[in-house]
Amino acid sequence: MAAQTDIQQAQAGSVPVGKWIGPVVAGWFVPGGGHFLLKKAGRGILLFASITLMFLFGLFMRGMMFTPEKGDALTTVINYGGFVADLATGALYVGAAMFGYAQPDAAGAVHDYGTKFLVTAGLLNILAMVDAYEIATGKKD
Amino acid sequence: MKINLSHFEAAFLFSLFTSVVMGIVSKRTDVERRNYGAYCFVCFLAALVGIGWIMKLGHG
Repeated sequence: MAAQTDIQQAQAGSVPVGKWIGPVVAGWFVPGGGHFLLKKAGRGILLFASITLMFLFGLFMRGMMFTPEKGDALTTVINYGGFVADLATGALYVGAAMFGYAQPDAAGAVHDYGTKFLVTAGLLNILAMVDAYEIATGKKD
Repeated sequence: MKINLSHFEAAFLFSLFTSVVMGIVSKRTDVERRNYGAYCFVCFLAALVGIGWIMKLGHG
């Protein structure tokens, strides 16, 4: 009955913010945290492991963290986009920044892969947050 | 600490982590998730090897 009401609310597009904000914010701060909060522990563990490992490999490959810098249009889009994606890893980004991780941009395939790993970890976490939102609003099981 | 991965190792890990997340968030049942994750992983590896060969042959 409750599940049916959730689906009806989701279809009507009137799901209260209080219902999904917790899982989405938890999912941002700790990868997979939203799924844990929604009692989807199996999926939460896999998301946490995948995203965290990808971020850690990015750090160990000395990938660059983007900062919001302005330049020409392409530079601005790349820097702001990269910054938002880095920020999307939540506590991982905050922790790395707090411990003073500040790798400058450097030439080399390994550094470049590291930068991509860091950005992709954030993008994957955004996907996980969207998934948590859909589960919380009853659009998905 | 710094790790130096080869192109293949880095791309393999990238494929693995990305496939796991894409499998989880894209489908509705556990079987569909597992199958889609495996499908994505195979596609990543096929593209990795295929494009690698194209670049090698293109360089002569």
